[in-house]
Amino acid sequence: MMVKLILGFLWYLIHLVISLFNLWSHLCNNLECYLISSELLPKFRNLRLEKLKYLGVVVDSREANNILKVKQLLWWLSTIGVKNVILYDVEGVLKKLLEPGIKASRDRNSRNSINVSANMEASHFSHGGMAVECLSGSDGKEGIAKAANLMYSDFCNCATHGSAKSDIIFTEADMACALRAAGSGGAEPDLLLVYGPVRCHLGFPAWRLRYTEIVHMGSLKSMKYGSIVKAFYRFSEKYQNYGK
Amino acid sequence: MLDSLISQMEKEKQPDEIVTTGVLESLQNFIRKCIVAVLSYGPMPRHIAFIMDGNRRYAKSRSIKEGAGHRVGFSALMASLLYCYEMGVKYITVYAFSIDNFKRDPTEVQTLMELMEEKINELLENRNVINKVNCKINFWGNLGMLSEPVRLAAQKLMASTAGNAGLVLSVCMPYNSTSEIANAVNELCAERRDMMQREHAGSSNGRAAGSGAHSDISVADLDRHMYTAGCPDPDIVIRTSGETRLSNFLLWQTTFSHLQNPEPLWPEFSWRHLVWAILQYQRVYPYIEQNRIQAKKQL
Repeated sequence: MMVKLILGFLWYLIHLVISLFNLWSHLCNNLECYLISSELLPKFRNLRLEKLKYLGVVVDSREANNILKVKQLLWWLSTIGVKNVILYDVEGVLKKLLEPGIKASRDRNSRNSINVSANMEASHFSHGGMAVECLSGSDGKEGIAKAANLMYSDFCNCATHGSAKSDIIFTEADMACALRAAGSGGAEPDLLLVYGPVRCHLGFPAWRLRYTEIVHMGSLKSMKYGSIVKAFYRFSEKYQNYGK
Repeated sequence: MLDSLISQMEKEKQPDEIVTTGVLESLQNFIRKCIVAVLSYGPMPRHIAFIMDGNRRYAKSRSIKEGAGHRVGFSALMASLLYCYEMGVKYITVYAFSIDNFKRDPTEVQTLMELMEEKINELLENRNVINKVNCKINFWGNLGMLSEPVRLAAQKLMASTAGNAGLVLSVCMPYNSTSEIANAVNELCAERRDMMQREHAGSSNGRAAGSGAHSDISVADLDRHMYTAGCPDPDIVIRTSGETRLSNFLLWQTTFSHLQNPEPLWPEFSWRHLVWAILQYQRVYPYIEQNRIQAKKQL
């Protein structure tokens, strides 16, 4: 019992020390973000975004309810020059909150006779010249299960028609086609910003996460413009060899 | 001094040398056990996955051959295995070779294959490390892509450790997550085809048909056919060398895994880095656990 108390005391002490260390890091980071936002650090002034074609943003579902913060984030991103954003949260809170924007986009497309697939319409809209796609947990593993069902139907059709392909082997390319047909295809983000307490991707669609750089940004309510600039700068300096 | 450091690094550590202890090592072991006892007061991860990145950069920074960098990396793996065992981690998964790595220079690929075959055969002959942790070894991936000697050695090691009930080491080679998912779909289609054929045979004998082959494929069905079936999802995914991407590793299984990217290169990853990783995990455990429970409720 005594031993357990001593172990417990030491454990809490270690974590207290780590908390103090984290607090110090947090203050240093806040100072750096302030300097970046004020354009006092030269290297962050001219961001090169050629490599950043698609940006992913994962938001913790509890924090995603803060629509003002989400809209502020989108505004910052469009100001910086991001062209395509993929928003994601597990429970689909963002899809529900941003539904007016999605609906307006759908109406605009039909007025302008723009043909967009129903699945694409369900989750895309435009925000200040930036294309935004909203995803949720149902686009992750469930999306892959939907695609698997389509592939299984193909498989059954081949077998029914007595095709010689009864031992059909699906490739990754087949899987990618099926995902597109099921409405769970789409571009892979080059960079994924995670807003939440922990660096987790929270079920972001697996097929779109293969080579994505994943950066933890902290909680949405304490998000900083300088952190985004820093993340983009670091991304621009990255080199990927894709396994080579 | 630099020469002796380099030769020490180039000298391969045999698994025996890790296991045997001297006086100084006994003291180190004691201190380590005390720290582990304190750490164990909090939640400990059951499953840690490692992306062992940085062997080539390590070799370059120390001006040794690339192959030597991979060898030091293997020693780091064996050491990490023992440290994880000490800490009560039951499952370890390592990303040893990606399907994308076949795009590398053929000489390097050949060297890696030879190293893997050599180390697998070493483990088959000298079972000290395996026996110490009662290790069950899995090889996950498209084994058909491996050269025959490596594939046969891997299959032999899997068979010889299949009955072990201790630590589970899963070596992903050659692996990628999208290939694993496609493989799961293929296996599921084949399973349902067999079920349908049995149903037809059954109905022609007057027996009632089951509904398994006709229901929609679910996430649970796909889970059953992943290489990781029967293994809990990783609690922590550690990619060394500070890189922030997963490179097509366990994308299906890491929904609520704590992703960590410590700066040290893989051959430099040591016990203190593992302790730090677990401390970081303990701080985020309440959030991760809450999300896991919520996800289970929604299923």
